[in-house]
Order: sequence, then C-alpha cells, then structure tokens
Amino acid sequence: MGLHSTQYKGLMGWIDARMPSLMIAYRNHMSEYYAPKNFNFWYFFGSFALMVLVIQIFSGIFLAMRYKPDSSLAFWSVEFIMREVSGGWFIRYMHSTGASFFFIVVYLHMFRGLLYGSYRKPRELVWLVGCAIFLALMAESFFGYLLPWGQMSFWGAQVIINLFDSLPWIGNTLSTWIRGDYVIGDATLNRFFSLHVIAVPLALLGLVVAHIFALHDVGSNNPDGVEIKDQVGPDGRPLDGIPFHPYYTVHDLYGMGFFFLLYCAVLFFAPELGGVFLEGNNFIPADPFQTPQHIAPLWYFTPYYSILRATTAEFVSWIGLCVTFLGVLIYLSVRSRWVQLAVAAGTVVLFTLMTIPQVRLDPKLWGVVLMATSTTVFFLLPWLDQSPVKSMRYRPRWHMALVGLFVVAFLVLGCMGMMPPTPGRTLVSQLCGAYYFGFFFLMPWWSRMGTFRPVPARVTFAAH
Amino acid sequence: MIHFIRPLAAGALVLGCLGVGAQEAQLDKWPADRANDLAALQSGARVFVNYCLNCHSASLMRWNRLHEIGLDDKQIKTYLILGDQRVVDTMTVSMNSHDAKAWFGKPPPDLSVIVRARNTVEHAGTDYIYTLLRGFYRDRSTLTGWNNVVYPNIAMPNIFWERQGPRIATLTRVEYQQVPPPDGKGEPRQRLVQTVSQFDGSGIAALTRTELDHGEPSFAYGFKPVDERAAASVDDEVANLVAYLNWMSEPTAATRRKIGVWAMAFLVLFVGVGRWLNAAFWRDIH
Repeated sequence: MGLHSTQYKGLMGWIDARMPSLMIAYRNHMSEYYAPKNFNFWYFFGSFALMVLVIQIFSGIFLAMRYKPDSSLAFWSVEFIMREVSGGWFIRYMHSTGASFFFIVVYLHMFRGLLYGSYRKPRELVWLVGCAIFLALMAESFFGYLLPWGQMSFWGAQVIINLFDSLPWIGNTLSTWIRGDYVIGDATLNRFFSLHVIAVPLALLGLVVAHIFALHDVGSNNPDGVEIKDQVGPDGRPLDGIPFHPYYTVHDLYGMGFFFLLYCAVLFFAPELGGVFLEGNNFIPADPFQTPQHIAPLWYFTPYYSILRATTAEFVSWIGLCVTFLGVLIYLSVRSRWVQLAVAAGTVVLFTLMTIPQVRLDPKLWGVVLMATSTTVFFLLPWLDQSPVKSMRYRPRWHMALVGLFVVAFLVLGCMGMMPPTPGRTLVSQLCGAYYFGFFFLMPWWSRMGTFRPVPARVTFAAH
Repeated sequence: MIHFIRPLAAGALVLGCLGVGAQEAQLDKWPADRANDLAALQSGARVFVNYCLNCHSASLMRWNRLHEIGLDDKQIKTYLILGDQRVVDTMTVSMNSHDAKAWFGKPPPDLSVIVRARNTVEHAGTDYIYTLLRGFYRDRSTLTGWNNVVYPNIAMPNIFWERQGPRIATLTRVEYQQVPPPDGKGEPRQRLVQTVSQFDGSGIAALTRTELDHGEPSFAYGFKPVDERAAASVDDEVANLVAYLNWMSEPTAATRRKIGVWAMAFLVLFVGVGRWLNAAFWRDIH
C-alpha cells in the first residue's frame, strides 16, 4: 500500500497517488467550483436536465432489451413491454414521461438564460454548446418517436421527412436517403433505432460534458448578472462564491424532490396527460394506407410546426416586407461600406425571392426555412442582445414585458400546432410567428433602449 | 412575476375564444364509477366475449389475465372461452383479414388498446366508444343498413339491435350549403341550411330543409326508442362493456396508481429531509 498522497487519507489518498486527475476533476467541478450564492428557482433546471438525461439513458437501456426494431413487431413489442414484462409499464412510462419532462426542463433552463443574460460574454460558448444540445435533443426525440410504430409515429415522421422534399434540386434524393427507402418502412425504423440508441445519445453526452466544462471554466452567471470573479477575497476565492459541493448538491437534492413529485404525479396518475404526452392515435399500429384526420407532432415541436403551417404565400410576402425593413435598419446601423453593400444585396435577393410573383420560391420551402430559423435563432442570442446589463433585474420594465409576450407567443404557437388549422388559427399563428421573429431580429435595437438601473458590485442575497 | 403572469392570462383568453366548432356529435358521458367495479367489469367481459370477440380480436390480452377482475380459470374456461383455446392463449379470432375486408370493407380493428387509441385532447376514449355503441340508427342508404351518429358510414352494424328494439333517430345538422338563387338565374348562394333527417325504425328517412338567417354550423341528434326499457338495459350493458374495454386497454392501471400513492408519500418525506439538509448546510452562508 506504500504509495500515498499527502492531501487525502485512506483509500482516497491511495487513488490520488495513482490517478490525480480524478481528484483534480472533483475539485474543479465540485468541491472547489465556486458558484454564486444567490441562485434562485430558475437555477434548478440545469441539474434537473442532467437528472432526466440519466433517467432516459437508464430506462432506455431496459426498453432496448425487449423492443424489436422491426416494422411488423415494433408496435406489439412496445405493448408487450407494457403488459407482459414485469415492471415494463413502469420503465416505459419513465421513458415516455421523461421525454416530455426533458423538454419542459430544457425550455425553462433556456428561459433562465434569456432572463439573466447567461449567454453574454464570456459565456457565449456555454450557450452555443447548449443550443447544440437542444438541437441534438430534438433529433433524439424525433428518431425515438418513430419507434413505437403507431399511427402518429409513422405520419409524424412522414410529415417531417417530407419537409426535406421541398428543398430545391437535392430534396427528393435527400429524403430518400434519410428514409433508406422510397417510403417509411422497415429500413427507416431500423436506422432510426440505431440513431436513437447510439449515435445521438453519444453526441448528447459529449455535448453535455462540453457544456459543463465550458461553464465551469468561466463560472456561472447569476440572477444579478454580476461577475463574482471580479470581487475576490485575500485567498483568491470569489467573495460571493460558495463551493458547489456541498452547498448546491444539497440544494439541488432538495429541489429534485419537487421535480420528482411532479414527474411521478404524471408517471403514475396521468402518463398520457390527456393525450398530450402520449397521443391516442399512437395506440393504433402504423398503417401507410390510412392517413389520420389530424396529424400533429408532439407538444414540444408544435410551436415550430405552427410556424411551418402558417407560412402561406401571403404570409411570405409580409415577411418579405419585414425583411426589407430589417435590411434598411441594418444598413443604417452599420458603418462599413462593404457590410452595407452586402446587406443591401442580401435584402434585395430575399425580397425578390419572397415577394415578386414571377420568381418567388415555393411558400412550402419558405415554411421550412422559417421553421429551421425558429429552432436555430437561439444560437444568435449572444450577439443579438446588445443591452448594457445582463440581468433582466436591471433592465427597463418593458423589456420584461417583451420577454413575457414572447413566452405567450411561444405558448400560443404551441397550442395552435396541436389543433387542426382554421383560418382564424392560422392568422393567430402568423401574428405570433411574426412576434417570435421580431423579438429576436429586432433585439439589437430594442435591447439598447430605455433606462437601465445601476448594477451592484456584489450579488443581492438574503440568508435563508 | 406579476408582469409575467398577466400576458399569459391574456394569451389563455385568446385561446379560449378560438374554441372548436360544434360540428361533431356531442359525446355522452360514460359512467366512470364502473371503472373499478368488479361486477361491471365481469359482466362487460361477458358482453365482450359474446358480442365483440367474433369479428374483433384482442390479441394482446391473455385469457388468464381476467384473474385480475376476479375470475378463476374454471369460470374463464366454462363461461367465456367458446372455442378450444387455453387460458394462457390470447384473445384471437378465426376470421381472417382477407375475408373481413371482403365482408365489411376493412378488417375490424384489434380491441386490446382501443380505448386508449380513441383518447384525444378533446375527449376520453371511453366516452367516445360509449356514445358510438349507442349511436347506431337504421339507414337504408348504407351497405349494412346501419349508420352511426359519431362515426358516419361506419362499416360495423349495430350488434345490439335485437335487444335494443327499433329506435327513431332525429339528426339535426346546420351547415353552409350552395343554394340556387330564388329566381333560378344567376350564381348559387352560400346559405346556412338546417337539415332535419328523421330515420324511422326501418331506416326510411324523412328530410326537412330550412334556410336559416342566422346561427352557426352545428350537429345534434336524438333517439326515441320504441321499447324504453329494452333500450335502457342495452345502455347499461354497453356501460359495462366500456368498463371492460377500458380495463383491458391498460390492465396495470390500478397497480400503477396504487404504487403511485406510495411513491408520492416517499417523495413528500424526501422533500422534508431535503429541506432539513439544505437548511442545515446553508446555515453558515450569510
């Protein structure tokens, strides 16, 4: 046993002498990672997201033991798990409830970033990696939703894969390549299974590690948007920072209790959540010859789906006008001649392709473009937000109202996407969609406006 | 937070105003108190075996799972299994899908999870099936001689017709239609038209059409049974059948809820301990 580290006693010392990186990692990320002491409610959702990831991987491992990725068996194997495998219903509901909770938690986690400017310098990379996680999560959920091979699985995938069809020139080849067949079939199911259980989870895990590393390098933001590293004590530690372990581990453990109360309430008492988490149509085996009356994606995709569906030829013309307005605004705001020229050219091209009847592109294609933009626009936030302070606490009150309206627009879009379209609903979706894009693309201007309150040097904190 | 909640409420209001148009049949409420009533479930199982399990299968349902609603192997074998199946087999039928397609136009769906399959955000699957099975009326214009208020032109005939006795159905539909101009010249007009169709017990329809000046598209129906008592007893049987179908769609539901109560109790305790632990650690943070 001879070799022993001087820093730790017993087994820890033995390990530390042989693998110091383990304890270094523990210190860097847990015991000597200094997090601001004023975290509030919104700061729970990061660790909740990690928890759901663990739940999904754990339950997924067990589901894969009984699931059959074969188009003639898939539907029945899922019901077999529900009925004949002991405890199978529990594992399956863990996974299906977990999928929806993943998105709830991640949306709230992202909202926190919006509220306190967590994406601002120096945390741009944390945010970008986070946006990549969000995209990976959407891919993961899309692939996974085909696996139960119900009517909604099949037709939902049909709608999404057909979107690629609308791309010019390569669309048709691309969608066939994704399906592995001319129609969604066994080949599609098999590759989606492989992507769902290996490829995307692997990417997700890597991205999550990168997300946490990037965060711990620059340190966490906080509800005041104050950089705690600017105020350090004689020992070099931030005055407002406390070690993540044990303070935030016990804090998150406590919060986890509430999370599990909600999660288990759904899991045990309403796993379908009235047809929102598990759709009725998905209890009917996939039938390529019978299109359901109303196809809607799962709730967490419906805001973007609404935007896609609301993109009519008329709406594209309006967007063309908005793009022109935005182009003029950018032109007047930048100084470089070259940038001005590029902006002018870009605006003219976009306006032409959206509005001029003889040359404009298919509205369906613009729908796909707008939908793709609505899911990826988050990447731009660190540069769109030009406010002199990070946190909403010290920004003008009407900034908060704009953010609140954005949340409303997002939720309304979500509800519209779940319901069959009517002219009235399409109009509401268009208005909300316009607000959605306006909120982001006009942010460089509105986020500077108004009177900002002075940001304190230290965080505001009242002892518990 | 207030800034945040107010716009949310406004959004909810907007959504409320865009409610679904009432052009579909109003569903009757299935008496949900039968969901865990063993007598109702057992009687429903008998109705299921006698009336449904000739054309529809329930291929995910094992006979001996009926233990969970209080039936033993002997009862299952004697009273329920009509063919030569064993209690460990699943509820399959001999009708093949090729014949079914020839006879009914499409194969009858498997009923194992049918209640869950009919769940939507707007209505419960139980209410849908309860209304569907009691919503048949005689209609000479269809292939089977039957039609349905919630599922127009359904391929399935009314299985309870003998027991239920004849019923007079009145369907009132208000919808926009193209109406020829009054003087016979010019373009047809879009008008709101109310069509009342009365189907007598033998399926002969009497139609009356009225143009309405105001109102909105809607659909309503009513039944007048010749034998009130017979119709009521069929209603009761259908309610039991739906209870059984509901149970069969998720036989583990009762266990799930039972375990759920324990899980929630544990979590409340967990939150209590978590709260104490959190307070104990955070005491020295000022």
